[in-house]
Amino acid sequence: MNCLTRENMARLVATHLPGNAFVNLGIGAPTLIADYLPEESGVILHSENGILNLGPKPAPGEEDYDLINAGKSPVTIKTGGAFFDSSMAFAMMRGGHIDVAVLGAFEVSASGDLANWNTGKSDGAPPAIGGAIDLAVGAKQIWVMMDHVTKDNAPRLVAQCTLPLTAVGVVKRVFTNYGILSVTPEGLAVEAMVKGLTRDALQGMTGAALRFPRELGVIHSDGAVHWAGG
Amino acid sequence: MVDDAGSAISGLQDGHTVMVGGFGGAGLPRRLIEAVLAAGVRDLTVISNNAGSSGVDLSAWFEAKIVRKIVCSYPRGATTFADQYRAGTVELELVPQGTLVERIRAGGAGLGGFLSPVGVGTQFESGKQKIEVGGITYLLEVPLKADFALLRGRAADTMGNVVYNKTARNHQAVMATAADTVVVEVGEIVAAGSLDPEAIITPCIFVDRVFMAERT
Repeated sequence: MNCLTRENMARLVATHLPGNAFVNLGIGAPTLIADYLPEESGVILHSENGILNLGPKPAPGEEDYDLINAGKSPVTIKTGGAFFDSSMAFAMMRGGHIDVAVLGAFEVSASGDLANWNTGKSDGAPPAIGGAIDLAVGAKQIWVMMDHVTKDNAPRLVAQCTLPLTAVGVVKRVFTNYGILSVTPEGLAVEAMVKGLTRDALQGMTGAALRFPRELGVIHSDGAVHWAGG
Repeated sequence: MVDDAGSAISGLQDGHTVMVGGFGGAGLPRRLIEAVLAAGVRDLTVISNNAGSSGVDLSAWFEAKIVRKIVCSYPRGATTFADQYRAGTVELELVPQGTLVERIRAGGAGLGGFLSPVGVGTQFESGKQKIEVGGITYLLEVPLKADFALLRGRAADTMGNVVYNKTARNHQAVMATAADTVVVEVGEIVAAGSLDPEAIITPCIFVDRVFMAERT
């Protein structure tokens, strides 16, 4: 059983985004998803520093430091894109105009609580929240892309978050390096898991009870999903 | 129109509250930041998205120890600020990015605040009044205003209408509404009438001084 690389996690999320959706990709690993969005998906990317229809990173030497994404890396704008101020950018989020926000996380609880901001408690650094908290409250759907466990093999999917929360009960779907899970009123349900992984093994890496449907998707190492009977 | 950065910030005093435009390096009014250093003012309260990183940005103000408090959303990558934060010599008010800009908007629009769902159930609700409207719990967020706003525009016309450059607009168009004295450093000054009235982002009513810096 092989867990997914970060790139194949990004591919997995990219293939699940609804066509023509307005999507915000959080700083960090979710930014990689942009590289795997097929042109025909029609997905329009939003960046909270004031861009709609964000394009890929520019060619070397073509960087414009007045054209950056929320992670402050140089990007491009696609045909039909728009610039706007931060107030409008956050109105797009808080007002429910963004279809999906894909965020990184430290922990997600079985009821969809999200902990993904750096409080600085561990290293004495200043706390930093940025715009993730606004996205977590405002987007129509919050998806999380994160490793299933910490470096020390502690579960990140838990019954109750132990870290300070970013938002309460907001996460709808979680994409990890071992599977796709959804947050339901009955707790965490597994939609698909990587090929060769057993249900017991996935449960063993998870800090909350999992429910498994009859038809479980199988995720191949390249991030493609095959559905049993499909 | 003022001829030098020093005149552009005249009247800025010790203890003032200063909004500084920019998100990362995009939209930083670098010449005005330098001018504040040269003016020798101190004990400033700064309202800005970030707390500097390196080079000519807010980190120079922290190095010179002229900031008493910063209101910002993402003070990461800011080494000098971080050292002073750890030492307890600078105060931080951490505000979610969308709440930060909306508090500035409220300040500039004459509102007494606004109700936001952001932060409910987290440590960001502490000390804030909770108000329920239509069955949803909101936090009362209060306005932010400043004595000075220091901004960077792509161009201004001779009336003082301003346009920005791409993502350098960020918080700046809103900050322009919320300070007693609004100073805009620009890369170009053009004749009134040469900016499309439909495309002006900050109308001249908000702008007190325009300072011509180099193009970026």
